[in-house]
Amino acid sequence: MRELTYNEAAVEAVAEEMRRDPKIFYMSTDPIGPLLKEFGSERVRATPITEAAFTGIAIGAAGCGFRPIADWRQVTFCFVAMDQIVNQAAKIHYMFGGQVTFPILFRASVGGGGQVAAQHSQSPYSMFMNVAGLKMFLASTPHDIKGLLKTAIRDNNPVISFESSRLLTRKGPVPEDDYSIPLGKADVKREGSDVTVVALAWLVHEALAAAEQLAQEGISVEIVDPRTLVPLDRQTIRRSVQKTGRLVIADEAGPTAGFSAEVAAVATEDPATFARLKAPVKRVCALQVPIPYSPVLENHVFPDRKRIVEGIREVLRERRAADAA
Amino acid sequence: MANPEQPLGITRIMSLSPNLPPDKQREMLRQMLTIRRFEERASADYLAGKIYGVVHCYIGEEAVAVGVCSALDRGDRIISTHRGHGHCIAKGADLNRMMAELYGRQTGYCKGKGGSMHIADFGIGMLGANGIVAGGIAIVTGAGLAAQMEGKGGVAVSFFGDGASNAGPFHECLNIAATWKLPMLYVCENNMYAAQTSAASTHALSDVAARAAGYGIPGVVVDGNDVFAVHQAANAAVDHARSGGGPSLIECKTYRWRAHTERKGQPDLREVGEIEAWKRKDPIALLERQLRDQGEIDDAGLQTMEREIVATLEAAVAFAEASPFPSPEQATDDVFAV
Repeated sequence: MRELTYNEAAVEAVAEEMRRDPKIFYMSTDPIGPLLKEFGSERVRATPITEAAFTGIAIGAAGCGFRPIADWRQVTFCFVAMDQIVNQAAKIHYMFGGQVTFPILFRASVGGGGQVAAQHSQSPYSMFMNVAGLKMFLASTPHDIKGLLKTAIRDNNPVISFESSRLLTRKGPVPEDDYSIPLGKADVKREGSDVTVVALAWLVHEALAAAEQLAQEGISVEIVDPRTLVPLDRQTIRRSVQKTGRLVIADEAGPTAGFSAEVAAVATEDPATFARLKAPVKRVCALQVPIPYSPVLENHVFPDRKRIVEGIREVLRERRAADAA
Repeated sequence: MANPEQPLGITRIMSLSPNLPPDKQREMLRQMLTIRRFEERASADYLAGKIYGVVHCYIGEEAVAVGVCSALDRGDRIISTHRGHGHCIAKGADLNRMMAELYGRQTGYCKGKGGSMHIADFGIGMLGANGIVAGGIAIVTGAGLAAQMEGKGGVAVSFFGDGASNAGPFHECLNIAATWKLPMLYVCENNMYAAQTSAASTHALSDVAARAAGYGIPGVVVDGNDVFAVHQAANAAVDHARSGGGPSLIECKTYRWRAHTERKGQPDLREVGEIEAWKRKDPIALLERQLRDQGEIDDAGLQTMEREIVATLEAAVAFAEASPFPSPEQATDDVFAV
């Protein structure tokens, strides 16, 4: 199969959808070259640096029958548009009794590792997960981002595509035929029986490396990639944990009230899953600090395959008090 | 240096030459009176505990919504503010469904999910009242972009207050609309107060319209209590927008008679003399006088109009009261569209 980068796969998804549906148009402060070349400046609009305005413009155009894509580029830039995202986009369909739909794709890169310090190294998706009315996903492979973007563009709701900055240039197989991936469906990236690792984006790849290493010691790791954050595929997570009895959650964001906390709750508040847990849930997350610049500091803050291995060993060592007695 | 009282070449609309068919003039009066009676009823029912949350009355500002919307076609789109009943009525919203929404009923415009601050009717181009000051300006600018892309000559109108004119989205959107030549009217209802805080203490210049110069678009100041003057300004701006000339900023100087909301015991720091002086400039009384002077309405005609409006409102209240509340389970409907 041919290989594309994560970024190429994303652009291909957008281009295919724009060819299919003339109601789709694209707004960002810097237009993407290939899209601008193919579709022209009417459909691929360069906006002033006004994320608040063009996020709201996307909402209004969507309510009038268009299917806008608003590309914030880095997630950090969308914070000036939080009124439009939280007060308007998330609530407008509900608040008006569902009288019209607001199909909007928002795009934003997340994550760190680029030595660009605190403002440009953020993974704030749990802030958005906390707002009712927004769907969102975070893909880990070129294959997944293309399929998820195609679904998101066809969805009749505001959907945020968080895109891992560490993965933008990473290559992977992408089929040439038309396919899409439903929102709300996790992907088991590796099957195993001793421990479940729920990981997102770049940490899926780190978890795969950790699993490979531990396999040599006879430890069998299952890796679940939720892909979609809202709606979250609770069933696949619970099914895996029920099978392995152990859960490690790997996330590039900090742990506090984060995606990892949500996954821990998904596992532990379900009686059937809780009953099969053999050890406490372990979270392998970034430290709860703004991301620092110097590589020495930055590397210390982020989780990686080494910490995932340590986390797996910890849950294999630990036992529930009731079982130990 | 520019004189702050006459800055940067804004136009002041003074003349009162309606040049409108008598039927249309009477219809404008009917709409303004309907807004006023609707809100008097909403306020009374709110104080009686039949309407919940919060109600913001538009009384005293009726000429703005009616003057502007009377210059629009049905396919044109508007967005409103937290003080939105007037814009809904002027754009042709159904009073039964409005009242039912205030009453929190299933038959309301938003099935009881929105209330006074969130009435919308996309079918008539009313893109919603909005509880966030300046929150609607960008959304309706998106409707302006949609109108431009549709290419059918539609326009979009942003209603907002003097308070919103100091918020970022106002400036961001005027710049984009001017740059992209969007068919937009930005209509500032300058009622001189953002909740309790006076515009005089928060605006660098007394005329919001002066800011149009910074974006290279027409800026117009108009007596917001004179419905014909507002209509004339809106008509010119609509022509300009439909012909591809881009957006205009119209500032309507007006006044809110009542406190910021209808909540009991709410502070109102404005001077009684100021409020009384503006009541003497009642936009409805002014229009009645003009129509009488022109011989287009008489006492009998006014009484009939008044009676019809009251009957319509009684019917709207009866419809609301007879309508069921939503079932509790409906709280989880419509979070996402299918």
